[in-house]
Amino acid sequence: MKKFLIALLFAPIMAFASGSTAHVDKWPGSVSDKAALQNGAKLFVNYCLNCHGASYMRYKNLLDLGLTEQQVKENLMFTSDKIGELMRVAARSDEQKLWFGATPPDLTIITRARGEAGNAGAGADWLYTYLRSFYRDADRPTGWNNTVFENVGMPHVLYGLQGQQVMNHETHKLELAVPGSMPPAEFDKSVSDLVGFVVWMGEPQQEFRRKLGWFVLAFLSVLFVVAYALKKEYWKDIH
Amino acid sequence: MAAGNFEKYKSDGSIGGNVLEWVDARFPATSLWKGHLSEYYCPKNFNFWYFFGSLALLVLVIQIVTGIFLVMHYKPDAALNANGVPIAFASVEYIMRDVPGGWLIRYMHSTGASAFFIVVYLHMFRGLLYGSYRKPRELTWLFGVGIFLVLMGEAFFGYLLPWGQMSYWGAQVIVNLFSAIPLIGGDLSLIIRGDFVVGDATLNRFFSFHVIAFPLVLVGLVAAHVLALHETGSNNPDGIEIKANKDENGIPRDGIPFHPYYTVKDIVGVVVFLMVFSAVMFWAPEGSGYFLETPNFYPADPLKTPPHIAPVWYFTPFYSILRAVTFPLFGLDAKFWGVVAMGASVVIFAFLPWLDRSPVKSIRYRGPIYKTLLTLFVICFFILGYLGTLSPSPMGELVSQVCSVFYFGFFLGMPWWSRMDKFSPVPDRVTFK
Repeated sequence: MKKFLIALLFAPIMAFASGSTAHVDKWPGSVSDKAALQNGAKLFVNYCLNCHGASYMRYKNLLDLGLTEQQVKENLMFTSDKIGELMRVAARSDEQKLWFGATPPDLTIITRARGEAGNAGAGADWLYTYLRSFYRDADRPTGWNNTVFENVGMPHVLYGLQGQQVMNHETHKLELAVPGSMPPAEFDKSVSDLVGFVVWMGEPQQEFRRKLGWFVLAFLSVLFVVAYALKKEYWKDIH
Repeated sequence: MAAGNFEKYKSDGSIGGNVLEWVDARFPATSLWKGHLSEYYCPKNFNFWYFFGSLALLVLVIQIVTGIFLVMHYKPDAALNANGVPIAFASVEYIMRDVPGGWLIRYMHSTGASAFFIVVYLHMFRGLLYGSYRKPRELTWLFGVGIFLVLMGEAFFGYLLPWGQMSYWGAQVIVNLFSAIPLIGGDLSLIIRGDFVVGDATLNRFFSFHVIAFPLVLVGLVAAHVLALHETGSNNPDGIEIKANKDENGIPRDGIPFHPYYTVKDIVGVVVFLMVFSAVMFWAPEGSGYFLETPNFYPADPLKTPPHIAPVWYFTPFYSILRAVTFPLFGLDAKFWGVVAMGASVVIFAFLPWLDRSPVKSIRYRGPIYKTLLTLFVICFFILGYLGTLSPSPMGELVSQVCSVFYFGFFLGMPWWSRMDKFSPVPDRVTFK
């Protein structure tokens, strides 16, 4: 009987032992770094929100990043004047479809959608790699292509910061041909902050959720001790 | 022991006693309490596997209560809102962000769906371990299979409601399966969808089924399941009948009242379960992309088929069996036989009481044949489940065919192999350390 149960224990491990190969860089940031999230919010509003909406997200949620209402209104609200409004995009989706070939997706929960079975956090890694993998391609209508999202309709919005990469067709690696306003390390940090903001925006209460989990587990642990003692007390007469 | 034939309550003169006497004269309060709890005698040797029945009931309550609150804010509407997002999808994100505590309720419900199947699978496995489906508990088992079927329907309908990509295309694939049935198939799938493609009509009727029709049937079947169990009394890990050995008062010598003994014991089980449940809900609500499939964070797009459509994990073993059938037969195409095989793989559990011919019930007194075959069956079930989450591949197809053949062989060969085993003698009294 014991052996039988041990065999069962290993069955799922055997069944689920499989590897996946993905050529993406790990996102180095975290959603608990408020300064990074604020920087990410600034980048997001300035570079992303022009074409992509974040239409499940309200501007007032940005107050959770440690910003005041005044700061949000003056620095981050370009598409609305009410703090309770959704972070909509001004552009019309049917026009965007004409310009880019596809409507730019809403970004509120994009890192969650880009996750994988077995690795729900893969979306952040993907986005972190994607935003750093644009290169010049004269064959594309926008003049840009991307190594992790081939023939993407989106142009390289951050090229002023990163500069222009080109594909070395011998090494199949990207090389920086024209430097941007940021050195590569600083650019990587900025993208990491931006990804951090998008991850945070996917579930603004996620830090609170994880923290609350500890309190619930602590309560249940105490309850377990009491429940177990109660059971022992009742069952001591059963032989 | 069945409820009934208990003496009516006589008041001790207190106000509470008077009220109870008044009620008891008009409603079987005392006899229900005694018959199902305080004088329902259970074997004293229940082990770990006997927690999952009461846990299934707990998860059912969690699902119903959280569901009630979700319905207050959810909108079953496939039309696009001003931002170009389906209203149903946006309403789920609204619950997650703008409804106070909504994220907690929603995660309880989504985690609860997976927890329901985990608990029910373990509960069914307990039946296989100790022969709980055998005479005289066949009806309890049949009601249980009914619960499982209804639960699958309930989960399927509920999965459409968030109106994400996987909701949409999963429903499209499954409803299309019905079109494989000869003659009536096309019309049948049309009736189920209410439209030529999955659309607003489908969303609304699935919503109706999910929140009214199926929960109603589910609760009814659960009541029947418990009533049937309490008529025969519970089985136990030794697979022997405690009612065969009663004391002078007619109480089984190895029996103890459900209340308070198993109520206090089940509370321990409930607390441990809630710890695991909370750990998932607070720290990994996506269940690593298996409890909440990541493509479902994209709103449904009828014009964009996802590259890989996988059902939620709890359906994948049966989905693998569906995909394992790749050849036409008797002039009917493979899809039809796949659907038949998938349906049969679920319904075949109902026949267990009559397929099993072993002289003993419990695995404790069965020999190596049963232990080996049951282990292989569980491994097959896991492999089928895993393959069902992957895109089709020639290797996966072959493995799933082998596993499917074993799956059915396990059941269909049971009348023969269950008799051939080496059995050890069954004790008169339950084993209790």
